Amino acid sequence: MALIEVSALHKNYLNGSDCVIALGGIDLQVEEGTFLGVLGPSGSGKSTFLALLGGLSAPSSGQVRIDDIDLYALPGERLADFRREFLGFVFQSFNLVPYLTALENVMLPLAVKALARREKREQAEHALTRVGLAGRLGHLPSQLSGGEQERVAIARALVNRPSLVLADEPTGSLDSETSRDIMGLFAELNAGGQTIVMVTHNLENLDYFNRTIHLRDGRIVDDRHRFAVPRLAVG
Amino acid sequence: MQLNSIAWNNLRRRKGRLAFLVAGLLLGVATVVTLMSLVAALTAEAEHKLEQFGANILLTPRSDSLSLSYGGVDLGGVTVAAHDIAQADLARIAEIPNHRNIAAVAPKVLGAVAVNGARVLLMGVDPDVEFGLKRWWSVTGKPLHSANDLVAGSAAAGRLGLAPGAAIEIAGRSFTVSGVLAETGSQDDQLLIVALPVAQQLLGKVGRLSLVEVAALCGDCPVADMVGQIGAVLPGVEVRAIQQVVRSRMHALEQFRALSLAVAGVVVLIGGLVVFVTMMNSVAERTREIGIFRAIGFRRRHIIQILLSEALVVGLLAGVLGYLAGIGVTWVALPFFGGQHGPSWDPGLAGGAVLLALVVGGVAALYPAWQASTLEPSEALRTL
Repeated sequence: MALIEVSALHKNYLNGSDCVIALGGIDLQVEEGTFLGVLGPSGSGKSTFLALLGGLSAPSSGQVRIDDIDLYALPGERLADFRREFLGFVFQSFNLVPYLTALENVMLPLAVKALARREKREQAEHALTRVGLAGRLGHLPSQLSGGEQERVAIARALVNRPSLVLADEPTGSLDSETSRDIMGLFAELNAGGQTIVMVTHNLENLDYFNRTIHLRDGRIVDDRHRFAVPRLAVG
Repeated sequence: MQLNSIAWNNLRRRKGRLAFLVAGLLLGVATVVTLMSLVAALTAEAEHKLEQFGANILLTPRSDSLSLSYGGVDLGGVTVAAHDIAQADLARIAEIPNHRNIAAVAPKVLGAVAVNGARVLLMGVDPDVEFGLKRWWSVTGKPLHSANDLVAGSAAAGRLGLAPGAAIEIAGRSFTVSGVLAETGSQDDQLLIVALPVAQQLLGKVGRLSLVEVAALCGDCPVADMVGQIGAVLPGVEVRAIQQVVRSRMHALEQFRALSLAVAGVVVLIGGLVVFVTMMNSVAERTREIGIFRAIGFRRRHIIQILLSEALVVGLLAGVLGYLAGIGVTWVALPFFGGQHGPSWDPGLAGGAVLLALVVGGVAALYPAWQASTLEPSEALRTL
């Protein structure tokens, strides 16, 4: 059974009195252990698709199932619980909390968990060690480089040992060398069995994915397993 | 890492923001405290001053064969010669439970005397108490200083041809007119006033009093209770509250309080709105942060708990500091309003100030926090 099952997924926005179709019917199945790259030009619906996969925004219609759980059929605040237990997010521009240290940022998803303080700390330290930041635990985001902040964001996404990591343009604001480091880190995680869905428009990242889908006008126009994506199709 | 430690770290590591929020709320609280404590101090001052405008309890003998009117107040039936108040009994007034509320006890003896063939009302008074109590008395010349001094009411002076420095003889005793009262429009105009022991001697009433006026200290102290208490220690004496005086005094104070409360209410409203807007903006600026919290799996109540914890800490700080600042400003400002005593410690005002800060801060944070928490996380993350 696929880890991610998306069927007939639609998302419409109202822009004044105009209805904008952000996603026009997506069907997709993703197996566990996949490193999926979501490509497409600006406005093609990549980030919207990722938000719907992560339970961050409700679809207009359609279904998203992860680990056989229908996300948008979850009652009340169970969707928030699901995000906390099953998903890890790496956002565009890191989205770290500026007044918390690296360690505290990574501990955030554990804050509402019924774990001992020491256990939370150990898990967060382990996640930070895994991304190579064992020596920067007490630093605030403003005291870290862009690459280091990205690593903290990745450690925060991993600390709950999620089934699925969703990353939205994680290298968008990094220089090419740091981008390669970060993509290497993601590849390492994937090699360890972690399922990752990453939105990107950076063609240099293509080699790291073992599957890519290409969106245009809210629809999948290309879906490839371990094949290079035609350069012209990417915005 | 707990939810409360997120709130605490935010306050601890963003001291500038904390100071800004506390300052906003503190300003509102301090303004309210200043106004309230100024009102309290000035009300107390006004009460004290109002007490100086005459007596509000009247003691007359229990007898009824002669109708005597004084100062526009019906003194009841008095047989001047037969039923007087024993002066020694007045000491018992100091024994009543509310004796601290008594500002002044003004004993008087009254009697008719013949002067140059005319019958005139002679009144013996304790000069210090009487002239202190009757602030509206204006004396041309000097008030009573010695046993041979006499102050004449304006009508009596006119009829008898008395002026300051004139000599007058009453029942074989010589007096010097030390002063003449300006016209009061009351029966005081008809009087000749001398020191109490002298009048008692002239009228053959040594140790006896015709009536006693008592001034109670505070405007809203239990005058009716005090009437009963004095009546209990002086059984032979008729004790009555001069309701008109009490009522007009209370009315004046109530009007002053009502005006002050109305001004305080407007200040609280404006201050509350300013603080509300400040707190709302502060939370609104954190919409993206709230989006992060929601995305990583915090429930709405978790968000509200974090923001409310922060608001309560801010409120507590602003409440305590605002109260202290308000009292400080009152100390400085009170003399400019004619106040002579500093504000006193009022636990109700202190508690109210902290509560006000907590409620305004909490409500101001709760509403935008709730609004932000209802946003879709993706929408919140797009903010800014």
